[in-house]
Amino acid sequence: MEGSVAYDSDLNLKATELRLGLPGTHEEQQAVSNVRNNKRPCVENETAPPPKAQIVGWPPVRSYRKNNSQPVYIKVSMDGAPYLRKIDLKVYSGYPELLQAIENMFKFTIGEYSEREGYKGSDYAPTYEDKDGDWMLVGDVPWEMFTTSCKRLRIMKGSEARGLGCGV
Amino acid sequence: MNYFPDEVLEHVFDFITSHKDRNSVSLVCKSWYKIEKYSRQRVFIGNCYSISPERLIARFPGLKSLTLKGKPHFADFNLVPDDWGGFLYPWIKAMARSRIGLEELRLKRMVVSDESLELLSKSFPNFKSLVLVSCEGFTTDGLAAVAANCRLLRELDLQENEVEDHRGHWLSCFPENCTSLVLLNFACLKGEINLASLERLVARSPNLKSLRLNRAVPFDTLQRLLMRAPQLVDLGTGSYVHDPYSEAYNKLKAAIQSCNSIRSLSGFLEVAPRCMSAVYPVCENLTFLNLSYAAGLQSIELTKLIQYCRKLQRLWILDCIGDKGLGVVASTCKELQELRVFPSDPFDAGNAAVTEEGLVLVSAGCPKLNSLLYFCQQMTNAALITVAKNCTNFIRFRLCILDPIKPDPVTNQPLDEGFGAIVRSCKGLKRLSLSGLLTDQVFYYIGMHAKQLEMLSIAFAGDSDKGMLYVLNGCKKLRKLEIRDCPFGDAALLEDMGKYETMRSLWMSSCEVTLGACKTLAKKMPSLNVEIINESEQTEFNLEDRQKVDKMYLYRTVVGHRKDAPEFVWLL
Repeated sequence: MEGSVAYDSDLNLKATELRLGLPGTHEEQQAVSNVRNNKRPCVENETAPPPKAQIVGWPPVRSYRKNNSQPVYIKVSMDGAPYLRKIDLKVYSGYPELLQAIENMFKFTIGEYSEREGYKGSDYAPTYEDKDGDWMLVGDVPWEMFTTSCKRLRIMKGSEARGLGCGV
Repeated sequence: MNYFPDEVLEHVFDFITSHKDRNSVSLVCKSWYKIEKYSRQRVFIGNCYSISPERLIARFPGLKSLTLKGKPHFADFNLVPDDWGGFLYPWIKAMARSRIGLEELRLKRMVVSDESLELLSKSFPNFKSLVLVSCEGFTTDGLAAVAANCRLLRELDLQENEVEDHRGHWLSCFPENCTSLVLLNFACLKGEINLASLERLVARSPNLKSLRLNRAVPFDTLQRLLMRAPQLVDLGTGSYVHDPYSEAYNKLKAAIQSCNSIRSLSGFLEVAPRCMSAVYPVCENLTFLNLSYAAGLQSIELTKLIQYCRKLQRLWILDCIGDKGLGVVASTCKELQELRVFPSDPFDAGNAAVTEEGLVLVSAGCPKLNSLLYFCQQMTNAALITVAKNCTNFIRFRLCILDPIKPDPVTNQPLDEGFGAIVRSCKGLKRLSLSGLLTDQVFYYIGMHAKQLEMLSIAFAGDSDKGMLYVLNGCKKLRKLEIRDCPFGDAALLEDMGKYETMRSLWMSSCEVTLGACKTLAKKMPSLNVEIINESEQTEFNLEDRQKVDKMYLYRTVVGHRKDAPEFVWLL
């Protein structure tokens, strides 16, 4: 693992994520999706849990400390490969480096990313499982948001991948 | 009135070291002003845009030690875009041109280019001390220039900077005849280090008292360094991972035993828990322990270590220590003055391992506690009231509940009463950061009781303009106010515009303040710079006066608008 990859001097997170709500229990902070206008949680209003809000710059931890906290190891699987690998997401400063590393690790090519069409030009699509348990295409959200919500990576192959990769 | 020759007065002034006192001295009369002006050596500039380099030099031509702060505090949390400002270069250029005899430079949140470091290294032959905190913009090439050219360098202190690592051999650039180092801290560097150069450097630095290594320095090098420098007072380990049953480990144990001057310990950037017993011998004399980057240590290892630290005065730790672990701190560290508990997982709000219980335990066991930074899962009014009763000496009280608008989980009430108790009880409180569910009431208490308060940080709190007004009217010594995501608007902003001239700065983001109000303020107060930071596509002319501004930063200044503002910063 490249422990000594040089960091960009502007590896400052543009958006840091905060998932509000206690882990695993009912969502108390119903109203926080629009925190600006709604400072109190609506305790009387017990509806279904809302989408988790994300707040830039919270908690107030220096970006240096955030960047240097515990390595975030995630599993990387590739359809058809005999075993999984693990990588430390924090070592990469963006999508190009990450995808390059994965290409090298599994000896394949991913193709060009575009927002409209996903990954064109190969049989593979890099996907990830986010904190909500959904499988998402790698590359759609800002890098920092990705690193904080990515639980595991899966390189999908073949028709499944094509279904994801092409804007049908 | 002046019966003493100037030299005598100058000698007397030498004993007056506080900036505030020296400022007062210079106001007494013309002759004192002149003597103080020429004898002033240390200058502190809390906002680099409040004055220009040229005026600084004209005012204090004998300047030897300069402290400069650049970006607003919330820049630490990514609320200020890159390129906002805070450039060091103009200061170095001006001081070099005027042949200032600079010896010390301390910077915080400034943009430091390699060019400025090179110019610095070549322009000040007596330069001795460089301290960079939370800065960015430079690479190891700049450090190489400092190492190579500052012949009398005593301190190179890099704290939590973003440094681009060019893998050059900057350490090797210290000349062989450089033997003056007292402090060397490169813990924040990410790249490889020439270990042989490091060992030789340490070997030829008999005055070295403080050494903080980066992650690239392995265990066995640490052992050799300690053999060379048993006189160390402050040690930051790099990587601290090894097989505890190896010869190398035994050697390290022996080396540490011979270091009986160590009073401050940090680092453990990578750590093998089973190797921690080697440091137990130094624990009994430690006054400062920073394990806040030692993610590999669990509560049980932390508490085992802390049990030996009976003389600890400052502790920085991760929240995985847990409430029980804080109980061990409370029963062991009776001399504790400062506690900082950081979140182990700063991205995941739900999982802080400490609650109000840990804080209450520490407050009960450590009566000398005066400085707190505490990231926690939750807080109750009852706990805060207890803490306020136990510890009346707080100077700094920064509480961060990871869920920013969480009420008291027991009573479901806002935390107004709890914080109210803190400000009522701690009459010397200078810095306060609030969090949790809070109404205007907490600001009423702050305005009423926090008479010594100098810095206040507010997020997601309050109900109306009244909240902000309580603070502006009541806190007479307020210098820095930073507010985000609060319902404070134009009425509060404009009520007492003169107040801002008594303060260093005001930050308001995601509040209810409109462009029109900011323009009014800027127009009426020429001694203030009112900056709007606008990251959207809209240009200044598209935004209407009644639209809310996203980020406003205002500060007093004697030099008017700055000339280096980027496009997205509008100076009103």
